[in-house]
Amino acid sequence: MLGLNKKDTSLLIVVAFLTLLAPFILNPFPEGSAMAQFNAGYPDLMQRFVIFGIFAIGFNILFGLTGYLSFGHAAFLGVGSYSAVWMFKLLSYNVIPAIALSVVVAGLFSLLIGFISLRRSGIYFSILTLAFAQMSFALAYSVLSNPKFNLTNGETGLQVYADDPQILQGANAPDLPHLFGLPMRATYTMDVGAWSFDFNAGYYLCAIIMMIVFYLSIRIFRSPFGMMLRAVKSNQQRMNYTGLNSKPYTLAAFVISGMYAGLAGGLMAAMDPLAGAERMQWTASGEVVLMTILGGTGTLIGPVLGAGFIKYFENIFSKINDNVLHSWFAFLPDGLEDAVVFVIHPFIGKGWHLTLGILFMLVVIYLPGGLVEGGQRLLKRFKRKKKDTDDAPSGKTEPAE
Amino acid sequence: MDAILLQILNGLDKGSAYALIALGLTLIFGTLGVVNFAHGALFMIGAFCAVTLQKLLNLSFVTLDETQKDFLGNPLKVETPYIEAWFGPEVGATIIDWSVPLSILFAIPIMLLVGYVMERGLIKHFYKRPHADQILVTFGLAIVLQEIVKYFFGANPIQTPPPDVLSGSVDLGTMVGFDPNAIIYPIWRLVYFGFAVGIIGAVFSFLQFTTFGMVVRAGMADRETVGLLGINIDRRFTIMFGIAAGVAGLAGVMYGPINPPNYHMGMDFLVLSFVVVVVGGMGSLPGAVLAGFLLGILESFASTTWATTTIPGINQIIIYLVAIIVLLTRPRGLMGRKGVMEE
Amino acid sequence: MTKKNVTRRGVLKSGAVAGTGLALPTIFTASSAAAFTNEPTGSSVTLGFNVPQTGPYADEGNDELLAQQLAVEHLNGEGDGGCLNTFSSKALQGNGILGKKVGFVTGDTQTKSDAARASAKSMIEKDGAIMINGGSSSGVAVAVQGLCQEAGVIFMAGLTHANDTTGKDKKANGFRHFFNAYMSGAALAPVLAAEMGKERRAYHLTADYNWGWTQEESIVASTEALGWETVNTVKTPLASTDFSSYIAPVLNSGADVLVLNHYGGNMVNSLTNAIQFGLLDKVANGKDFKIVVPLYSELMAAGAGENIKGVLGSMNWNWQLQDEGTKAFVKSFGEKYGKPPSNSAQTCYAQVLLYADACERAGTFNPCGVAEALEDFEFDGLGNGPTWYRGADHQCFKDVLVVRGNENPTNAYDTLEIVEITPRSQVEYDPEHPMFAGGELGKCNPGA
Repeated sequence: MLGLNKKDTSLLIVVAFLTLLAPFILNPFPEGSAMAQFNAGYPDLMQRFVIFGIFAIGFNILFGLTGYLSFGHAAFLGVGSYSAVWMFKLLSYNVIPAIALSVVVAGLFSLLIGFISLRRSGIYFSILTLAFAQMSFALAYSVLSNPKFNLTNGETGLQVYADDPQILQGANAPDLPHLFGLPMRATYTMDVGAWSFDFNAGYYLCAIIMMIVFYLSIRIFRSPFGMMLRAVKSNQQRMNYTGLNSKPYTLAAFVISGMYAGLAGGLMAAMDPLAGAERMQWTASGEVVLMTILGGTGTLIGPVLGAGFIKYFENIFSKINDNVLHSWFAFLPDGLEDAVVFVIHPFIGKGWHLTLGILFMLVVIYLPGGLVEGGQRLLKRFKRKKKDTDDAPSGKTEPAE
Repeated sequence: MDAILLQILNGLDKGSAYALIALGLTLIFGTLGVVNFAHGALFMIGAFCAVTLQKLLNLSFVTLDETQKDFLGNPLKVETPYIEAWFGPEVGATIIDWSVPLSILFAIPIMLLVGYVMERGLIKHFYKRPHADQILVTFGLAIVLQEIVKYFFGANPIQTPPPDVLSGSVDLGTMVGFDPNAIIYPIWRLVYFGFAVGIIGAVFSFLQFTTFGMVVRAGMADRETVGLLGINIDRRFTIMFGIAAGVAGLAGVMYGPINPPNYHMGMDFLVLSFVVVVVGGMGSLPGAVLAGFLLGILESFASTTWATTTIPGINQIIIYLVAIIVLLTRPRGLMGRKGVMEE
Repeated sequence: MTKKNVTRRGVLKSGAVAGTGLALPTIFTASSAAAFTNEPTGSSVTLGFNVPQTGPYADEGNDELLAQQLAVEHLNGEGDGGCLNTFSSKALQGNGILGKKVGFVTGDTQTKSDAARASAKSMIEKDGAIMINGGSSSGVAVAVQGLCQEAGVIFMAGLTHANDTTGKDKKANGFRHFFNAYMSGAALAPVLAAEMGKERRAYHLTADYNWGWTQEESIVASTEALGWETVNTVKTPLASTDFSSYIAPVLNSGADVLVLNHYGGNMVNSLTNAIQFGLLDKVANGKDFKIVVPLYSELMAAGAGENIKGVLGSMNWNWQLQDEGTKAFVKSFGEKYGKPPSNSAQTCYAQVLLYADACERAGTFNPCGVAEALEDFEFDGLGNGPTWYRGADHQCFKDVLVVRGNENPTNAYDTLEIVEITPRSQVEYDPEHPMFAGGELGKCNPGA
């Protein structure tokens, strides 16, 4: 189907299924129950899951296939966000031109940076991309927000003000990002018994876009172009000796992944029309690296899993406070309750960084292939199939050697 | 003229911290081939060794002073450090005053131990793994280490003042014939510079003039052959990891009086120190030191009014700009070896 | 099943209504039966406390959280009631808000606009928070304030000092109790002139971002009006940890006062560096060299340690004030947590009480009703004397403190001493003042 082999088709279908039904899957606990804390099915977080999924899928096209580790991808995301908000300010709140421009601008920006950075490889390439991204961040945060030439609005973040031109904004159009009149924030809540499920317009826009770009990434992985990129990873020298110039291929991969990042940035702005410079900081670039490695570098689905994992922790664990803990363990005798809360306390709420750090270490120590490998091991245990089929529906591929 | 001299001095001082951290990072990378994202955390732990010793020395017993009131109107609790009670107020106060230099003695065994445990317990298992895995695991470790420190010491910076005689500043300008106030520099920063030069010298002479160092250098150049000669290179590399951790830790201890330590000071230095290492050339010890001082000086000059009015924002981006220029003109940094970390 | 503005037709219709200025688009998960976002239907009401729990301001955020929890206790009639006993408005009974028990959820802003918005959204969308309070930077405050305006909940700002929060970025649903950079300048300048004379030459080091610039602008304007001269204003990168290269040239520049427009870790380090260079021991232009830190906080003072001795600055509030409201708050905070509250804690505590009180007086949780009750509200008994919540820009006006690093602190908490309590009349300004012009409040948004 769609030019995919059977395994990839089923993977695509599984992903489509999961994203479309995410409002159900992510809200497994009844509202008001003690476990409702772990529900992730509210619009903002669902949007973040797919947006960062797109970001990580794009990053994986560069890093997973060519092995070039960019430490500056957040810059493209940030540029995408800024372009989208500028479209809101100048044209209208319709998200289509905003997203289109963000992809184009990020593409051009990544072409420029990629062209320069790809003159070096290995860690020298990483540091070059890091340097460009940090420069973009520093400039966006301060210099480019000076009153005379305010491109980024600095610390506060770029946003739409009432006196912006918005030349195409119709009198009747909603005063917030919308798709031909359908506001991105419009949410339909379905109550089933004690459960409550949110269906959000913005989420579904992001989800559909993610499925499209996920499909594209499968096609890239399976194409001769993808093969060429893998060849770059496994042995660039040999490739060069055979008379092939690898640079156009790596540059194309860099620009494609930059455009994915720009798309993610544009979508972020479309969901929430504010673009801040922090999106470009090195920590943000580091985050996508971690997402990809954590999920499984070079696998199709891994980066999406990694993105979901980190965003889930950031948004759910940081909100658990002592009060919540006490309500969970209220059934225990008083002394024991306090003891349990005392033991868990350092790992939740303001300690969520600690939990995340420990999990990074555990995953990388015990699951070298990331979460995808964990999934494969589980599947293997369940299926106990023959060895040649245990490659699981992850699309994980070995280098062609 | 005096302004230029002042900024050179300043750059050397800034550069000594960069050089020390980059030196340790390069030692680990050159010997073990591991990209250590937790190196900044080691620097931070060093600084917190000084904080800990200071807290230990200030451990106090509490007496209630009925004549004074605290903020709630209860009798004021007066704290007297045990040290002062044991050695008498004057000797005790002197010991507390000298807590940062004393921390060097305290920090060396701790840092060697931390380095040893880290290498044997964790890093050892990552020699054969891809650099990406090394980055992830050491980054995770860095987060864990800094969160532990934050749990015990809080997020607020903690002052670790230098000894009284070494605080304040000297007017270097008048010594060489400039007007008073032209070149004024804090004593402790001069001490730090001297200390850094001393440590760098010690590490280089250790590698250059001892048999141990010779073997390590041989191992850095060709690990396999040295192994074939029947030398247990792993053991020596473990020791080198401990030394690298020690260098980072001592850099941290002495840095405390310059800027008060906080739990994320390691992360603040991490990116910068990687840039320094790469500009110097991966795997090159002299390159790391040279790049450290060079970037320190350039950063100082970029922050002068003259520079910022000529090119607005230059002080924000100078380090990265230099990195880009160096890497584009010299493929392997200033003194990098061919083939290291290029694939 | 409840149905909200879902169909395309419905959306278009509501869009048409919006054109007449009556309805605002439906946002978030309010059902059509509700009159406004997250209308509390049960026996309890949820407030969202959004403070930095990780990153450099984590300790400040923690202090805010303690104060917010204390406020919730007092609202629910637990503890000693704190400022409920001294507050001039007697609408609060200690039985929750409008008879509903007060609950709260917490989130981590990480002192980043994006993370702060994500966390606030999660509290609004998932936990049904009806009001967001807290924060310790202006970037975060402006970002979250914008979000609350769109979502239709009330934002009671925590620590935010930039003029923009109630200037060009002001919003109808956002309220600021904390003072701002203009007030710092207006309060500090006369004290500086009195203490240091009218012929001083100032050298500014300024954090290179929005807050730093407004702070510098305010201080320069108010000191120059009193006869000072500004020698130089130098911008320092926010990411700087070492300020030696900026401080080294100060002594030779002909300046005799150094103004540090820095906050948090930047301020701790720049002040430490300035002391290292021995600036305070020097004599320039025949006068003793002085350092000024326009915005102080207790945690910064603790971080800077001995270095703040004799350094002047301004504050929103200090626990050493002697009015009844302050005493009541310090007593209940101190007895519960064993330390006096910081001024960011106090502003959050006051904001929670003010919000609750406004709900009671309005008789509703509807943001529009609450906003109306807060606008031009005059009150006393929460510290800082008689206070006015100005309706035109949602900025509180009250006395501002000028403080100085204590030369002889007796314990860890009196590192700052109050030099002067600048009366409210001296820090007031016109809503159309050039430093604040440009934005508009807009209309209050109830969300549904």
